[in-house]
Amino acid sequence: MELDDLEKIGDRERGSWKPCRIHCCQATGCLLTGGDVVFRRLQEAVGAPGVADGVQVVGVGCLGLCGRGPLVAVRPQDMLYERVTPDNAASIVEAIDGGQAAAAQCDTSQPFFAGQVKIACEYCGRIDPERIEASIEAGGYRALFRTLHELSPDETVAEIARSGLRGRGGAGYPTGLKWATVSKMPPGQKYVVCNADEGDPGAFMDRSIMEGDPHRVLEGMAIAGYAVGANQGYIYVRAEYPLATDRLRKAIQQASRLGLLGTGIFSSPFNFRIDIRVGAGAFVCGEETALLASIEGRRGYPRPRPPYPAEKGLWDCPTLINNVETFANVAPIITRGGAWFASIGTEKSKGTKTFSLTGDIVNAGLIEVPMGTSLRYIVDEMGGGVPGGGQVKAVQTGGPSGGCIPAEHLETTVDYESLQALGSIMGSGGMIVMDQNANMVDVARFFMGFCKEESCGECVPCRVGTVQMHRLLCRVLERQATADDLALLESLCRTVADTSLCGLGQSAPNPTLSTLRYFRHEYEALLRTGQRDDPQRSLPIVQLVTSRTKP
Amino acid sequence: MSVKTLTIDGVLVSARADETVLQVGRHHGIDIPTLCQLDGVHSVGACRLCLVEVAGSAKLQAACISPVSEGMVIQTDTPRLREYRRTIVELLFSERNHICAVCVANRNCELQDLAVRFGMDHVRFDYLSPQVEVDASHERFGIDHNRCILCTRCVRVCDELEGVHTWDLSGRGVHVRVITDLNQPWGESETCTSCGKCFHACPTGAIFQQGSTIAEIDRDRSRLQFIVTAREKKQWLV
Repeated sequence: MELDDLEKIGDRERGSWKPCRIHCCQATGCLLTGGDVVFRRLQEAVGAPGVADGVQVVGVGCLGLCGRGPLVAVRPQDMLYERVTPDNAASIVEAIDGGQAAAAQCDTSQPFFAGQVKIACEYCGRIDPERIEASIEAGGYRALFRTLHELSPDETVAEIARSGLRGRGGAGYPTGLKWATVSKMPPGQKYVVCNADEGDPGAFMDRSIMEGDPHRVLEGMAIAGYAVGANQGYIYVRAEYPLATDRLRKAIQQASRLGLLGTGIFSSPFNFRIDIRVGAGAFVCGEETALLASIEGRRGYPRPRPPYPAEKGLWDCPTLINNVETFANVAPIITRGGAWFASIGTEKSKGTKTFSLTGDIVNAGLIEVPMGTSLRYIVDEMGGGVPGGGQVKAVQTGGPSGGCIPAEHLETTVDYESLQALGSIMGSGGMIVMDQNANMVDVARFFMGFCKEESCGECVPCRVGTVQMHRLLCRVLERQATADDLALLESLCRTVADTSLCGLGQSAPNPTLSTLRYFRHEYEALLRTGQRDDPQRSLPIVQLVTSRTKP
Repeated sequence: MSVKTLTIDGVLVSARADETVLQVGRHHGIDIPTLCQLDGVHSVGACRLCLVEVAGSAKLQAACISPVSEGMVIQTDTPRLREYRRTIVELLFSERNHICAVCVANRNCELQDLAVRFGMDHVRFDYLSPQVEVDASHERFGIDHNRCILCTRCVRVCDELEGVHTWDLSGRGVHVRVITDLNQPWGESETCTSCGKCFHACPTGAIFQQGSTIAEIDRDRSRLQFIVTAREKKQWLV
């Protein structure tokens, strides 16, 4: 396989296109609302006698406005139809040559679309994710070719470092620095791992990327493999993402068949293989050390760091772990240069960030915006605000590790530092909008309940602390808590945050702490006056243990 | 092997480069509390009681797995650490059903010792009071999950010292249980060699020897009779 061959595949693909292409979203969101039936109806309508030969239906990845699926886009007319039903699907085909379709049209010039800058999701919704030819036509695998033939591993790392890209999994560790660390480890067996265990409630950015453009992820991993000196990659994807797993699997097969993965890629001495490892429903396996243990076939327990995986990862070999979105940003950086990427975003947070915008919001869906976009713009302009003209009360970012940002701080821009300063985090990109009816104590209780269920049980503060914090939050909601209970809750939050072994426990108190910071009055309004008189808790354990005397 | 110098609780000490903070502390008479750590098997840093403050690091470090480094300045016993340790022990007491008075390990229990050491005179949290089992199917040993603190010492000694790996874990969160083989009754385990290492490793009364529970104690009623005879007949008959 050479560059010419890639171009030929792309040309052949373009040559097979019909003048009018109907893009029907085949990502999980739209499929759940009947997108598969709509797709079949569209195909039937196109195949029906009397319809001109110049129309074809293409299944594509996420078109963005997931809350109004199933979505159908018509190219090149650039029309978008929302909430398409099996009954009115055919009318879209009929309306191509002029006329009005029965399906509702969606304004593609509205801020939801106009405010986006797509890098990671560049081809998402534009190509058929199940055909590598479509990816190659759009420009796929050119960056890998360029890397292997024009750049040394060190130059590749330098280009990523120049871009200022930071880990999109949430913590924001500089990607170039991580790559450099792994590449500087002594030669020998190394691994590249893609963390696709996206588990935050309300987050679906990584899923959308994998379902919409799996080849972009594979290409990023291969480039990373070349840069750090690894010949094996693993994608750790959660079992709850069967469609993404299926599409990744197909993509790996197709890329291997074309020689874009495997041995001697692009006639270079570089070998790189990618295998998929499917999780088993544990949120903690998104934590990198637990993830590695799980890939090794062991129980998904985290281990203390250091040593970091860059030094001792899979089977004690140096291992590069990045998130799906991080890998999806790699190819464009190689193609257009680190400086180009660094020109987007803020001083410390470069490029774009995908968010899954959900909750009490008119336009729910997947967005990709430049770093530094204000929350207000995202929520009010792009998201269209709260349905029915309600008021935004808070925006939750970062899932169970993040916090709630109150409406008065909506001017804040999205970048790692600003969100952290407000007691939340960027996280992987979940963004849940809550209106004036939201009960913030209940929000805290929900996330604590999640952490309690997902705590692996290895370290004591997280295992038992999350249960006790959850109980205290329930007690507040039941109006049974006293001021003492609230003080105990806060003290326990600090203990769990400071003493837990891994990120899950360390960040589990965040939603509670941030709601306490901004909505303390809601907690206090629920308190009961007087002393605690829970009979169960006044059990005299004292005498049980003080009988022991030290020799 | 190089030697490092570091400061623990204001005392300048030297250490071999391969030692952990916990080991160095112990060599110098500084008793950093632990529960899951056990000499001879690898440390997991799970109980979080040996957390210490390291100057220059925002995060607390588990002494059992922290290698020493030159010039380290460590505090092992600050008010903050004491508060955290007490809370962790309280959490452990709240998790299962630790009733010292009727426990085989009463007065010989590391958890109880720590409760006393940290002055844990009551538990501020709800007792979770879970319904858990006692497995007494093994001929020589038994396990009372009410008293298990999931330190995983038994799992590690069985795997690393006996080389059998009869013990492992199932479930997650507070539902984690140590299990034998594929969660079969211990007595039916085909891998257990009955070596007793897990019993010797257990910090609490969770794993016990058969014959040592209150119910199985041989009561010597003749001792009572001896006193009665002495009082009533003024005779000291043995």
